[in-house]
Amino acid sequence: MQFAVSILLSGISVGGQYALIAIGYTMVYGILRLINFAHGDVFMVAGLLGIYLTATMPLYISLPLVLIGTVILGFAIERLAYKPLRTAPRMSVMISAIGVSYLLQNLATYITGGQPMTYPNIAILTKTVTIAGTPTKMAVLVTPILVIILVVALTQLINHTKIGMGMRAVSKDFETAQLMGIKINNVISATFIVGSALAAIGSMLYFSCYTAVTPTIGALPGLKAFVAAVFGGIGSIPGAVIGAFIIGICESIIKGLPSAWDVTVFSDAFTFALLIIVLVFKPTGLFGEKATDKV
Amino acid sequence: MLKQKKDNRSSYIILACAIGALLLVLLLENLNLILPSVPAVLLPTSQLFTVLKKAAVYSLVAVSMNLLNGFTGLFSLGQAGFMLLGAYTYAILMVPAAAKDQVYYLYGGAALNNSLQDILNGVFGSTGVGGTVSLILSVLIAMILGGLVAALFAWLIGLPVLRLKSDYLAIATLGFAEILRAIFQWQKLGPITNGANMIKSFPTYSDFNIRAGGKVVCYLSTFVPFLVAIICIIIMVLLVNSTYGRAFKAIRDDEVAAEAMGINLAKHKMLSFVTSSFFAGVGGVLFAMYVANAQAKVYTTTMTYEILLIVVIGGIGSISGSIIATFAYVACSEWWLRFLDAETYIGSFKVPLLRNGFRMVVFSIIIMIVVLFFRKGLLGDKELPEAIRRWKASAKVRKERKAQKAQKEAATK
Repeated sequence: MQFAVSILLSGISVGGQYALIAIGYTMVYGILRLINFAHGDVFMVAGLLGIYLTATMPLYISLPLVLIGTVILGFAIERLAYKPLRTAPRMSVMISAIGVSYLLQNLATYITGGQPMTYPNIAILTKTVTIAGTPTKMAVLVTPILVIILVVALTQLINHTKIGMGMRAVSKDFETAQLMGIKINNVISATFIVGSALAAIGSMLYFSCYTAVTPTIGALPGLKAFVAAVFGGIGSIPGAVIGAFIIGICESIIKGLPSAWDVTVFSDAFTFALLIIVLVFKPTGLFGEKATDKV
Repeated sequence: MLKQKKDNRSSYIILACAIGALLLVLLLENLNLILPSVPAVLLPTSQLFTVLKKAAVYSLVAVSMNLLNGFTGLFSLGQAGFMLLGAYTYAILMVPAAAKDQVYYLYGGAALNNSLQDILNGVFGSTGVGGTVSLILSVLIAMILGGLVAALFAWLIGLPVLRLKSDYLAIATLGFAEILRAIFQWQKLGPITNGANMIKSFPTYSDFNIRAGGKVVCYLSTFVPFLVAIICIIIMVLLVNSTYGRAFKAIRDDEVAAEAMGINLAKHKMLSFVTSSFFAGVGGVLFAMYVANAQAKVYTTTMTYEILLIVVIGGIGSISGSIIATFAYVACSEWWLRFLDAETYIGSFKVPLLRNGFRMVVFSIIIMIVVLFFRKGLLGDKELPEAIRRWKASAKVRKERKAQKAQKEAATK
């Protein structure tokens, strides 16, 4: 029982962290039709920023600074690497995203010297609490709650503010939105800002549980979050969150299977198998809208 | 009629280039045996030959990726996975019986008792000419099998995923490569794949050097990867120039129009995907021979990205561009830009920024510049002769304009 609870808890917390990354993917894909391969690396950079900033500043200054730094990074990536390619074929933008991911990873290797860095101890998040007889970190408890709060706030933003209306319009039809006087560049920037901010929060929660930050650590959570976004129906925020929780829990269950079967190596592979199955049988995901191709 | 003639000429040029490149490599490699003293760069241990070997391997993989991404417009990111299949097929089949216990010590020996070479040695003998024949034959068979295994898996995964549109296809193939990587690291398959550990001790390029009395009398270790890569690339060029190739390009340019013209989309996409994967598998075999081991953790998405970026630098849809870009990229990363990674002092002045990892940063910045500002890459979608012709023509036009301008100016004066 205790074992089951601990697996479920860790699954929910990992799922919540994926959810925070997945929202960034799904929003950008919804608007630009771009798989932002660099998003996972933005998440990694947020982790590194956390390490470097907390080394010199107290937590209550450094954590907001991490948030701001990550947002600036996301904004800059969009302006420098994606905006010049707005009229280019979709493939070029995706290659640019891969290039940015490559650049961020190499830059991180250069700055850290390739060594795994230890994430600072955020006392509130790493405190041990006991749930149903299972000792666990506070982050595990905070994550799902925080995710739910943030998702509610985000849906409010999208449904009830002007910029949110802009986002919905742009994701429906890029060109028409432009004709209707929506400043698409502002809308796209706002999307990247929201996505990066959520990735920064995700990184704080994630690295409080897995303390080592390496230059390539963002790639896998990034891809998994993308799978979660596809699973939930790309473009749909609640879909991405539910997809992320399902993936997180499944992964945690696979990791918890008897060690004699030795299937832990498949915890990552499972996610991708799920992706292929979803893409083949229900490409629109759980909550996605059906898109029709026009000639 | 005229067209026919021209086509023949261009294929002769390709053939001549290929033979020329092979002879040049052979000569370079053996200069140190012919001449009494050679500069250090031509010694067999020189970085030059490492670069040439790696570039030959990578150019094959880059061209195979270009066949898919550049000529058929299928954006696949599974190349590393297919390389892994090729590399492992080769490694598993070629570890000699004598080395099995040592390689597979964690699993108490391997599931396969003999290597291909052992079996062929039994037929042709293991020494002298017989040994050479069995080495060449067994490597050749294992190489083709490596390609075929990759092609088979490509066919299996292609059935469901080739229907997907551009970026979904990319992420699905990328995921497939990751799944393969996990399977090959599975402990339960240990007696075959050696789990997460590397498989080694199989024949590599240096086994092809001709020895007499313990001394090398003819170096062939760079020649062999070149030979294989060139043959494979020529086959791909032939494919691209055939009716199939024209169908691929039609699919790339407009899928709906191509279908309306009667091109069977599913069939041609599958053909392109399977062919590309076959050659990626062969490339994987060559890569395993180059690094002298096969280990699943090497074939990551980063490797695919690296190859993709090479293709982008060379120009998506240009085979000669991919080859040139590969050689430039590998030479820079393995040799010419190495100094960026070392801390350097000029006098007592420490050159800033130079530190381990700086080379890759410079590289990624160059790549971003190419991606953003020179979107067509080195050659665009033209091949080298056409690119040169165009360049010459535009230079001529520019010259004429200049002359006209000068004339006008002279007239007004």
